[in-house]
Amino acid sequence: MTALNRHLLHYLGWRLLQSLVVITIVVIGSFMLLHLVPGDMVDVLGGQRGDMDAELMATLRARYGLDQPMLVQLFHYVTGVLQGDLGYSFRNSNTVLSLVLQRLPATILLVVCSVAVAVFIGTLAGVFAARHVHRPIDVIISMVVLIFYATPVFMTGLGLVIIFSVKLKLLPVGGLITPGVDMTTLQLIGDVARHMILPVLSLSLFYIAIYARLARASMLQVLNQDYIRTAYAKGLGTSHVIIGHALRNALLPVVTMVGLQIAELFGGAVLTETIFSLPGVGRLAYDSVFERDYPLILGVLLVCSFVIILVNLIIDLIYTLLDPRVEVSR
Amino acid sequence: MMPNASVPRESLLDVEGLSILIKDKRGDVRAVEDVSFSVAAGETLALVGESGAGKSLTALALMRLLPKTLAVEAKRITLAGKDLTSPSELDIRKVRGSIMAMIFQDPLSALNPVLTVERQLVEAIRLHETISRSDARARALELLDMVRIPAAAARLGEYPHRLSGGMRQRVMIAMALAGRPRLILADEPTTALDVTISGQILELLKELQRDLGLGMLFITHDLHVVRSVAHRVAVMYSGRVVESGTVADVFERPRHPYTEGLIQARPHGSFVTDGHRLREIAGTVPVPSARPPGCAFEPRCGRAEADCRQIVPPLVLEPGTARSLACFHPLQQEQYA
Amino acid sequence: MLRRVLLSPAGFVGLLLLLMIVGMALSAGYFFPKGPWALVARPYQWPGQRPGLPFGTDSLGRDILAAIFYGARVSLIVGLVATVCALAVGITVGSLAGYFGRGVDAVLMRITDAFQTIPGFLFAIVLVSILSPSVTNIVIAIAVVSWPPVARLTRAEVLRVRETEYVQSCKIIGMSTPRIILTQVLPNSLSPVIVVAAVLVATAIITEAGLSFLGLGDPNVMSWGTLINVGRPSIRSTWFICVLPGLFVVMTVLALNLLGDAINDALNPHFRKR
Repeated sequence: MTALNRHLLHYLGWRLLQSLVVITIVVIGSFMLLHLVPGDMVDVLGGQRGDMDAELMATLRARYGLDQPMLVQLFHYVTGVLQGDLGYSFRNSNTVLSLVLQRLPATILLVVCSVAVAVFIGTLAGVFAARHVHRPIDVIISMVVLIFYATPVFMTGLGLVIIFSVKLKLLPVGGLITPGVDMTTLQLIGDVARHMILPVLSLSLFYIAIYARLARASMLQVLNQDYIRTAYAKGLGTSHVIIGHALRNALLPVVTMVGLQIAELFGGAVLTETIFSLPGVGRLAYDSVFERDYPLILGVLLVCSFVIILVNLIIDLIYTLLDPRVEVSR
Repeated sequence: MMPNASVPRESLLDVEGLSILIKDKRGDVRAVEDVSFSVAAGETLALVGESGAGKSLTALALMRLLPKTLAVEAKRITLAGKDLTSPSELDIRKVRGSIMAMIFQDPLSALNPVLTVERQLVEAIRLHETISRSDARARALELLDMVRIPAAAARLGEYPHRLSGGMRQRVMIAMALAGRPRLILADEPTTALDVTISGQILELLKELQRDLGLGMLFITHDLHVVRSVAHRVAVMYSGRVVESGTVADVFERPRHPYTEGLIQARPHGSFVTDGHRLREIAGTVPVPSARPPGCAFEPRCGRAEADCRQIVPPLVLEPGTARSLACFHPLQQEQYA
Repeated sequence: MLRRVLLSPAGFVGLLLLLMIVGMALSAGYFFPKGPWALVARPYQWPGQRPGLPFGTDSLGRDILAAIFYGARVSLIVGLVATVCALAVGITVGSLAGYFGRGVDAVLMRITDAFQTIPGFLFAIVLVSILSPSVTNIVIAIAVVSWPPVARLTRAEVLRVRETEYVQSCKIIGMSTPRIILTQVLPNSLSPVIVVAAVLVATAIITEAGLSFLGLGDPNVMSWGTLINVGRPSIRSTWFICVLPGLFVVMTVLALNLLGDAINDALNPHFRKR
């Protein structure tokens, strides 16, 4: 057991190191992007105020270190990022970090709920289809899944808004909380939940399709394995075999896929938050694009990348708990 | 050492007219056809033949573990007094593991890779007797001791991939014994193992069988293994039993040309040929869908005549012996010497 | 191969739908010589409300059917070109990493990791807004965010092929490295990549539509996303302006996915029995 744990720690340590390298590359890339923008921060300020003279601009440049050589600026940028300094948004008169952190909870709520819904419903549908493979119900599930899979997030979002908010008037059109109403904590939770139904549904539909396809294929493959036959040979009933022996093995590819796609979910959150006017980082990025507030956009990009790397480490951990063979195969 | 040939004939498993159908749109094909045999308590019957003969399918059919594309037909199957000719799902589940247990060829793929040895053993134990978790654990240790796994307590927490091939097969055997079965179906249990390890596993199986008085259906393509473990043998060719009897009789005086061919192709389990010619049987086993209308062995048989091409020879008990034979033109006893 | 794709229902339907979309793209100029921007009637005409306008008009009185025909051109071109670029980058990176291994592999794969860590769509938004929205820049942005999976897949395949005997024997007879990669390794590694290409085109079309939907499309080009963006403010009443072009996005993506599945099955016939 101790040898096993040492292997595991070694593996997780290696993954952590890899993540640090990846973060560094992302930070450097983000710095390069910032310098791809025509004009710097002072130009933006100047453009905004319209009355800045060259001398003042030069002073400002010196003050923010913008007159320094590239490598020095990169060094300042990286050390700044390491200390949580992602820059300053002149449009919003606030630091980028605090702006992003204000908006992060809504996005995390949206993404986490969507992943949970997608994994749960997708796996359920996939396993169910695999259990009834080639029967009508399997064909129907596969067809529905194929259509979900082909529908872009914004189409799902718009469709749901038209049906549930505009036509049926069952659910709110957008926002996170009904404004101007005093509520108890419980009512508040209910209110937020009501506001989250459509965004979560529209973001998760596509992923439900992916996990359903994956879970079906992986369940079919697992059900053909010898150890499933062994389980039946022991005298176990079908439901025991499926839940106790097949499901855990069939879930492994799904878990891997969640890790691979968490980044895409954050991308999809931009569209969902825009459609449903949710106060998340995606919406913040969208707004800052039109305000040409590049430090803020890149701040969003960086923070999202951090979160995604963190989530991937957690998923690695879950995977090693689910599959004892990890230390051998990787 | 040859196992004692004279065993009490208290029948544990009786199979009569077992066929396995491969369902196909263009018509069903019989992978196994009209196979009959019986196994007594304390007796080992070896099913022997080349791959594709239908040996493993026969065992899986008894357990009703065949894929859904295959169907089982039988005149009669009884196991320990229970009628299993066409059992319900629940009936067969009650039998699996508790009266009849199976050991598979490749222990690595037959054990669940993400569950510990303990989980898989305790599950099998608690399925067949109401027993507390800690008692089940004690019983699991006992089973691991029975199959001679050293430091059993430490092995309980291991996952299958961390055990050696021999250890894994021992765990498989322990799992098969967990429900205190009376009949073991061993499907090539040593084929995937090294020679030395496979010898140890064979010895273990023989001992367990003797000590626990188990009936055993032992499937193999290795005649040397048959000699070492079995009391009786049934030779299968292309889905049918062609000859059966005691191991001593059949191996010393084979009467079916196919049995003779098998024995001559295999130099008595050693690489010293002892003056025997090493001879291959020309040709290959026909696939079930392309069997000749008469005897399936006819195209490869040196003794075939016109009747062999038209009629399938039935398996008939030789009068006054314990041997059954399916051949119109068998070797005479004195011809083989 | 083609026969097997066509014989499967998925492949047949997929190819049929795709040919229809291609036909629309090619015939747009013939059926709608005035182009997609021409004002043909009063704004917000419902589909079928006026003869000759089966899909109605948008908020400015432009023919939605004409816009959808011309939009097919943009979607298909963006999808194809972006995919070709992503394949070029991904295959190059993947085969270099897979063939050389060690240091080259470590560096290239960490860069690939970094690209996969950044939310692709968000990254595309940033790139388009920095580079200014034009069709070229949209293609670049989509290619930049979609090459990493290709690189991973190619690398895995190259790793597999690299160890085969025929590649080893090429090394022994002293064939040059680029020649081994180009003539031996790549041709034997690419069949799974072909399947991914169909899905990549679909993803690129979705991304382009998403960008246009957010108002980051090329203002000089009529795409399906442009139309969806135009219809968004009036979604409560005249929802058809959004939904009609959206259906064409879904149809195209569906066709490409069906085709991808069919090609996959044709390449791996033993998987069909599952």
